[in-house]
Amino acid sequence: MVDDGERLAVSGEREPPERTVALARAALETVLDPEVPVLSVVELGIVREVVVEGDSVTVTLTPTYSGCPAMYVIETEIRAALAAAGFGGVELKTVYAPAWTTDWISAPAREKLRAYGIAPPGSMPAQLVTLEGPAQRTGCPFCGSLDTSLVSEFGATACKSLYSCRSCQQPFEHFKAF
Amino acid sequence: MSLPLVEYLLRLGDDRLVLGHRLSEWCGHGPILEEDIATANIALDLLGHATMWLRLAGQLEGEGRDEDALAYWRDEHEFRNLQLCELPNGDFGFTVLRQFLFDAWSLQLLDALTRSSHADIAAIAGKALKETRYHVRHSSEWVVRLGDGTAESQRRMQAALDELWPWTGELGYQDQVDQALRAEDVVPELASLRPAWDALTREVLTRATLAIPAGPARMTGGRFGRHTEHLGHMLAEMQIVARSHPGAKW
Repeated sequence: MVDDGERLAVSGEREPPERTVALARAALETVLDPEVPVLSVVELGIVREVVVEGDSVTVTLTPTYSGCPAMYVIETEIRAALAAAGFGGVELKTVYAPAWTTDWISAPAREKLRAYGIAPPGSMPAQLVTLEGPAQRTGCPFCGSLDTSLVSEFGATACKSLYSCRSCQQPFEHFKAF
Repeated sequence: MSLPLVEYLLRLGDDRLVLGHRLSEWCGHGPILEEDIATANIALDLLGHATMWLRLAGQLEGEGRDEDALAYWRDEHEFRNLQLCELPNGDFGFTVLRQFLFDAWSLQLLDALTRSSHADIAAIAGKALKETRYHVRHSSEWVVRLGDGTAESQRRMQAALDELWPWTGELGYQDQVDQALRAEDVVPELASLRPAWDALTREVLTRATLAIPAGPARMTGGRFGRHTEHLGHMLAEMQIVARSHPGAKW
């Protein structure tokens, strides 16, 4: 068996890890959306670009909703995570185009949402301006029933709407297709 | 007058800042919990849109004013919003009908601005348009529900429409600011947006069993800083903390 004490001593003298895009991305994957704390900012799809130069990193972000107050918290936490990963300079840029869409949330991330009790977004409907409301059925994240009803398109945060399940009588949140 | 582009961005930003603030006055006073939350959410979206437009205005102006400086340190006559946006909220029906008339216009304007020759304007418009689609659906649903509702709700909605209609004339107001920017395809000819706005409003108001007033819609003035007596009172409340504690952070 290798002596752990010796290995630690050796690694202690090693150079800090090379600052790579992979290192930055790994740090970003530890930053969770404060309003949906099962998704990282990477899974949420708001990290558009990561560029590393020397020991500095530039991260380009796109906001989910224009008025989302969580963006300020997210930016603070991203700065902290990248600094902790050893980056000397952290620059954050914001882009608005192409506008963020829930289509950028990956399939595994959608499953995490469901397990957390939030119905994941469907795909973006082709026709958005209808006066009739969403045509897609939203399944209950608790019992899977499609017999659900929309209570309000605006929930506790801008990204979620409120539903109620007629089968299990459970109210639930739905991450809106956007 | 400042640069036409800065002036135009102030108009876009101030509409949303002022209307967003009016909506936020409902927070904690909504008729039902879901609507309290929805109204606050839409207010927040509008504030987000105002932030993007005013930030760009400040950058292009080049005098070191950011979106907060523009929101908190301008006086009433320097605001460029539609008078429609600054009217007191009235009852919930009045608020939601005003919101619909504005949303229906905003939808057309933002859609046209996504084709602006100015990349930043097109990007912000594209972002804001997505949220505005949810807004117009929400406000139109309520207009129909309350208009085609009980005798009392119908009476109130018709009274609200009679009062609001004259203020819609300003939606299509244009002057030399637009003219300079239209020449470079930065902004659309507003008259071209009118048919789509007319069609959408007529469809919803008809479904809501409301009669469009026959009188002219000719109120104007907000675009060049002339406002109703209500804006000053609203700004006094909106700006008091920032002006009492300049540079305060928390």
